[in-house]
Amino acid sequence: MAGTLESGDIMIRIAPGDGLKIDLQSSVSAQFGRQIKAVITETLEGLGIKDASVEAIDKGALDCTIRARVTAAAVRATGKDVWKD
Amino acid sequence: MMFVPGNNPGMMADAHIYGPDSIMLDLEDSVTMAEKDAARLLVYNALKTIDYGDTEMVVRINPLSTPYGKKDVEAVVKAGVDVIRMPKTETADEVRELEAEIIKVETELGCVGRTRIMAAIESALGVVNAFEIASASKRMMGIALGAEDYSASLKTQRTPGGAELLLARETIVVAARAAGISCFDTVYSNLDDMETFRKEVELIKDLGFDGKSIINPRQIEVVNEVFTPTQKAIDKALRIVAAIKEAQAKGSGVVSLNGKMVDRPVVIRAERTIAYAIASGVLSKEEAL
Repeated sequence: MAGTLESGDIMIRIAPGDGLKIDLQSSVSAQFGRQIKAVITETLEGLGIKDASVEAIDKGALDCTIRARVTAAAVRATGKDVWKD
Repeated sequence: MMFVPGNNPGMMADAHIYGPDSIMLDLEDSVTMAEKDAARLLVYNALKTIDYGDTEMVVRINPLSTPYGKKDVEAVVKAGVDVIRMPKTETADEVRELEAEIIKVETELGCVGRTRIMAAIESALGVVNAFEIASASKRMMGIALGAEDYSASLKTQRTPGGAELLLARETIVVAARAAGISCFDTVYSNLDDMETFRKEVELIKDLGFDGKSIINPRQIEVVNEVFTPTQKAIDKALRIVAAIKEAQAKGSGVVSLNGKMVDRPVVIRAERTIAYAIASGVLSKEEAL
């Protein structure tokens, strides 16, 4: 898990899964839901993660914040060293 | 230089809107041990993505003696930070150790020499070694006072008048000038007392500091007001520079202006006034020519 529920942030929980499933809660999901899910998917794929159950609670995070929080949650879940790998 | 916690994405996204000269994203004291990894990723991604324009971007890393320091260096150099601020610097060797870590990452990236260093001096030993620290590397761009830790190391506390900081402030200005780099004063944390804050900014400007560290956008206006030269001072500085240029064209290094001798130190002060006026936005570069 990584992130907070403060404005401008996003909280990400990652659990084992079969395929990639993203459950997104966001007050702007109608406008940006597809984009937020795309950033989450792209970040996880960049880390080589294709199977995960992701719970995301968005509070208006920028794409760079989404990438940082997804990466932090994935690193904490897997122990992967993103700076070396 | 505005301090912004490195684990607060909302503040990191908005900080440059208020127009500080530089932003210091903090990975050290404002981030808990449990969030060091997440803050490092946030700062890395923010630096890579957010357009901070002309704002100088500084990151305060954790000390290299902690498990976080070297990872911080790797992340922020890869993200292209302008300046790394090293906390609690006490010796020149610590600066050289940081430089070696920076060179490792820059060599990997093929950009050796890009990242500059600012050292925060926050202890009695740091003040005693201020000049050695300031001149420890060609990458050194400035030294800064960290008053809370420094006061604690003196076994005293901060007071509104700042008597406990006077020697450290003067030593840091002298060390920076001797080394040919910049110097920055410490933060003032009481946002409800803008009067004392203004007096402190006036004091440190008179002592010779190049700028003040701040913790809230509300403090920017006061710092800019204090550091912005008056129109009268700007006009005088422009007349001095024009007079000395005219004198130099005639082969002289000294000139008389309104009955007063204008020589090199007077010209240096005038040029500094003009530089501040340009930086404050009250004088254009064209007007200064």
